[in-house]
Order: sequence, then structure tokens, then C-alpha cells
Amino acid sequence: MVNAIRRSFISRFAFVGMAVLLSATAFAATSGPPVRIGSTLALTGPLASTALVHQIVGEIYVEEANKKNGFLGRPLEWVVKDDQSKPDLARTLYEQLITVDKVDLLMGPYATGAILSAMGVAQRYNKVLVHHTFGIPSLAKYDAQFPTWSLGSDPAATFPNTLFDALAALPKPPKTIAIVTSKFPSVHFMSLGAREVAKKRGLQEVLFLEWDFGNREFGPIAGRVKDAKPDLVWVGAIGLEGNQLLDAMKKIDYAPPLHFHMYPAPGPMVQAPEGKNALAATIFEEHPPFINNPGAAEFVKLFNERATKAGLPYTGVETQAAASYSAWQVLDAAVTATKSLDDKVLAEWLRKNRVDTIQGKLRFDGPSNYGDDLMRVKQVQNGRWVTVWPKASAAPGATLMTN
Amino acid sequence: MGFPSATLLAQSVLSGVFVGALYGLLGLGLSLSWGLLRQINLAHFALAFLGAYLCYQLSAGGLDPLLTLAIIVPAFFLLGVALQWLLARFDISAFNSLLVTFGLTVIIESVIQSIWTADFRRLESTYGNAKFKLGVLYIPVPELLTLALALALSFSIWAALRYTDLGKAMRAAAEDGPIAAAFGVNQHALALLLSGVCAALAGVAGVCIALSYTLAPAQIYAWIGVVFAAVMMGGLGRALGPLVAGIVIGVSEALTMAITAPSWAPLVSFSLLIFVLLLRPGKTQ
Repeated sequence: MVNAIRRSFISRFAFVGMAVLLSATAFAATSGPPVRIGSTLALTGPLASTALVHQIVGEIYVEEANKKNGFLGRPLEWVVKDDQSKPDLARTLYEQLITVDKVDLLMGPYATGAILSAMGVAQRYNKVLVHHTFGIPSLAKYDAQFPTWSLGSDPAATFPNTLFDALAALPKPPKTIAIVTSKFPSVHFMSLGAREVAKKRGLQEVLFLEWDFGNREFGPIAGRVKDAKPDLVWVGAIGLEGNQLLDAMKKIDYAPPLHFHMYPAPGPMVQAPEGKNALAATIFEEHPPFINNPGAAEFVKLFNERATKAGLPYTGVETQAAASYSAWQVLDAAVTATKSLDDKVLAEWLRKNRVDTIQGKLRFDGPSNYGDDLMRVKQVQNGRWVTVWPKASAAPGATLMTN
Repeated sequence: MGFPSATLLAQSVLSGVFVGALYGLLGLGLSLSWGLLRQINLAHFALAFLGAYLCYQLSAGGLDPLLTLAIIVPAFFLLGVALQWLLARFDISAFNSLLVTFGLTVIIESVIQSIWTADFRRLESTYGNAKFKLGVLYIPVPELLTLALALALSFSIWAALRYTDLGKAMRAAAEDGPIAAAFGVNQHALALLLSGVCAALAGVAGVCIALSYTLAPAQIYAWIGVVFAAVMMGGLGRALGPLVAGIVIGVSEALTMAITAPSWAPLVSFSLLIFVLLLRPGKTQ
């Protein structure tokens, strides 16, 4: 009942709440009825800080597309609803988007749980679902879902190997590891994978701890990490958790020699002094070679401006914004190539073709429609994120640093 | 897994005391409102976060975070008075107050999000990162300030309720309104005053949250469960109860994290609550 009341209040008062219809700006080069694309985003609730990035990206893409040719010469209209960070609500809203709003196409929501819910609905109605932030590929069973976060089909094995390869190249590679992790599903799954990979590669595990998502107190966890004296701390954290742990470590005068954070909130980690040399995974950063990909520089400029205007503390483009933009690019490419809005036709084309995106070429012909693992390792250096591994993707002059 | 070192245990206890003090400070206004005004004021948490964001904003403008209390406390007092006037005007019952204040919480959350966005905000201050060492233990200054404020306010309100005529009148009005009124107690004025004090306490708790934590609008809801547990364990309408209960919960959680799996810690507050309710049925009021 409380949720229902909250929903009712949200719908009345939250101006970021229900439907944000984006179509008014420029239909100059387009004509005919709009192509309606429906999605939800976590505009409120614990995931809202990151979903805001996806909202800005979607707005940019729709506005820019409408300045050109829209979709098939028709203007784009984005119907986005607030799923309040609740997968169960996302399921209802996707059902509503298809049956009541009668949208032409779907775009995925933010985060694994909501995407899984949307996927079930999309499957029931045979709709294509392009999505940007699904963290557990093995759970994506629907054959017309297309992921644009290039994790690869087995990221729990492939990404830890990429990270440990990077660390093995250090003059003094780590020999011991502490794995401390949130039980948030997409993060926990990666941490368990890292645990296995570390074992296979001969890294000695000196500590393994789990906490529930939403944990407020990190002091005792920081103390246990300090006592374990690891060479490397794998922090299976999402959002602010990594910052909270580092903050707690700072309070007891401890800084780990090497610390990796699975999915940190990009802004707070860069801005916090204790975030210095923090490692994380990335698919895109605002430097060459990524910025040289077609359309990347233009998007970065637009996003920087729009994020500043929206009052975001961190205005850079990184994984979230890049995956989100890629999702719109993939949908656009399929519609343009097939000249169709038919979900079956679009799905068939996407399974057979590679799509150029700002993060590189994406393919959807692997297990669970995942393609290559394009995840790289980035690090906070001089107050900004820079890619440090593999060398081919590293920012000019950037090398891996230790504390 | 070996047993944790004495230093780790001691530091964890200290950490639990600090976080428990914040539970107590947040619970103080809620307990007074619930016990003496018969209002389950969920908006207390939203007010605390509004206070935290105001502290962040005023500090970003160059004001010392603690000096923001000079603006936040009177402003929130007036807000509390206005809230009570509104609730009294519509004769809101105790149960309905839960629903009304929940709605108010959602509105405040939306206002916060529209002004400061859903993204994270962190207050940077000169003493935000300050700490000192006592033996082998590290004492962070912002948490110490929270503890000091929680102790000072809890004891002051306890003394005021126990020893002043105003406090006695408030307790009498809560115990039996009509009889208190027959003795000349102005319930309406007292309720306005008490609601103002509770809101001001939320403002103080907000400043403490801003000093130690990164802010996001949705975090309003993260504190509700554990603070409710502290209030119920500490006793409704009691000034010292939430602080004591908060510290017991904080220390228990911290020790659980230091000794066993940290994911078990959230079980502690509610297990303790159930334990207290079983041992002392009917004693939480």
C-alpha cells in the first residue's frame, strides 16, 4: 500500500516522474506521425543518480536525430516513464508502453534487474529490446534482446583476467588479494568470478567479505581489510559503496596499495582524494583512441554541455553514457538499414550485422547475443579517469600507477 | 578465519558508537513526535535530508557547516510549527499522520531531486576529513561532533521534560489531554512548540549527515528501518532512549561486521528489537 501511495504522490508531484515526451524541439527535417520509442528509467530511487545520465543521453540522441532525418524521415518521440528503481514496476510500465501507449519500438531501462523485467515483457510481445546496462549475460535468454554494453558473454571470467593481466605487468605485481563485495547481483556475480580467476592465477586470497546493498557502515570492513594487508583489494561495489569503503579506510589511516572498484559512481570516485589511483572497468573514456570513433567527439561535447546544464557534479562521458548512446545508435542503425520498424525484421538484421558505435564495432552473434568483451581497465589519475589497459586503448602517455 | 585483533574490535566499537549516535539523533525527534504528539512523522527523515542538502548548499557558498545550524535550526523550527498547524487543522489521527507524512516525504524528496538532481553530493569542509589518534584508535572529528551533539541534545531535552514546567506540561498533555487542559495546559501551543523542536532536531541531524555522508535523495529511505528500531527499543516519547538504543544497535552491527559476515549486520537491529519486545512487552510506550 505504501508503494501505491508513493507512486500516486510521485505521479502528481515529481516533475521528473511519469512521461517525459520529447518531440517538440525540431521536426524541421522530418514529417509524418512520430516514431514512438518507449522505455523506463530509474528517475527516482537508489539508482536515480546513474539513470539521470541515461536520460540526458536519450534526450540528446532524440533531439539530434530529429534535427536530421529522425527514423525513416519521421520524427522521434521518446516516451520515458519512471520505474523508481524497481524491477517489478518496470515490468508493469513496459506492459503499459506496449499495450496502452502503443509505442513502435522499445529501449531498455537502466540496470540489470529492470532490464530482466523488461526482457520478459518484450519476449511476450515479440518486441526487440536493445538495452545498455545488463550485467549478467547468462540470464539474457530472449533471442531478440541486444546488449550494447560490450561485456562479452562471460565477463566474470574474461574481465578479471584483463585486470590481472594489467596488474601482472607492474614491476611489482600483487601476490595477495582481498575480495570484498556488495551482494548487488551484477556486482556479486563479477566478484565471485574474480575469486575463481584469482585462485587459478595463483593470487592468494587473504580476505573475502560480502555486505548487503544499502550498507551504511564500512568502518569494520575497512578495519578487516587493513588487518589482512592485501596487495590488491577487489571492491565489488556499485555506486557509492567504493567511496564509502575508501572513506572508512582513510579514517583509520589506511590506503590499499592497489584497489579496483567494479562499478563506481564515476564522479565521486574522481573527486575524492582517497580515490587516487582507483581502478575500474570501462568501455569508453574521453580520450583517444575512443574519442576518434565516428561521432564520439560530437557526442562528448554535447553531453558535457548538457550534463553541466543539468547540474551534474561529473559531466564526463564514460561507460554509462557510452553504452546508452550505443544503444540508440544500434536501434537507429537497424531501422535505417532495414527501412523498417518491424521487430522481427530488426532482430534478424541485428543478429547478422555488426554496428559501428562510439565504443567500437558491436556484434550480437555470440552466446546470449553478446559479442566481444571490450572492457578495459581505467584508473583515476590527476583527477580524471584514464584508460590504462590494454596498451592499445590507453590514454596517450598513461600507464598503470600504484599507491 | 582468525579472530579479529583487539585494535579492530575496539575501532569497530567506536565506529558503532558514532553511527549509533546518529541513529539516536535522528530518532530523538521521531520519538518525541510519536510519544508526545501521537504522530508517526515519517517526514522527519526527509526533513533531515533537506537539512543536509541545505547545509551542503550553504557551505558551498562559503559558510562553515556548523554555522549553518544558525540558519537551519530556526528555519526548521518554523517548518515544524507549520506542519503541526496543518495536521491539527485537519485533525489528522496517529495512523493517518503516517500516511500524510509519507506523502510529505515523497514531495520533499522530489523537491530535493529537482534542485540538487539525483546525483551524489559531498560536503567538503575544513574539518570534514579531520581526525586524531587516541592510543591505537582513530577518532574522526565529524563523527565526534555528531556524538557530542547527540549527547548534548538528548540530555538537554531529557532534563527539560523532567524538570521544567513546560516539559511536565508536555508529558501531562500526552498522558491525558483533557485532564491536562483542565489544569490550564494549552495543548495546541505546546504541540506547535514540540513539533517545531522535533523539526529543528531533524535539521541538526541533517547537518551531521552532511558532515559524514555523501548525499543522494533516495537515501532518505535507507535510514528509516534502523532508526524506527532504535526509537521503539528506546521507548516512545523518551529523550535518552533512542540514543542508548541507537548506540546498542550501532555497536552490535559493527561487532557483527568485524567478527562475522558483514551481510549479517542488518539482521542485528531487528533481532534486537524483537528480543526487546519479547522481554519487555508493552514497555516501548
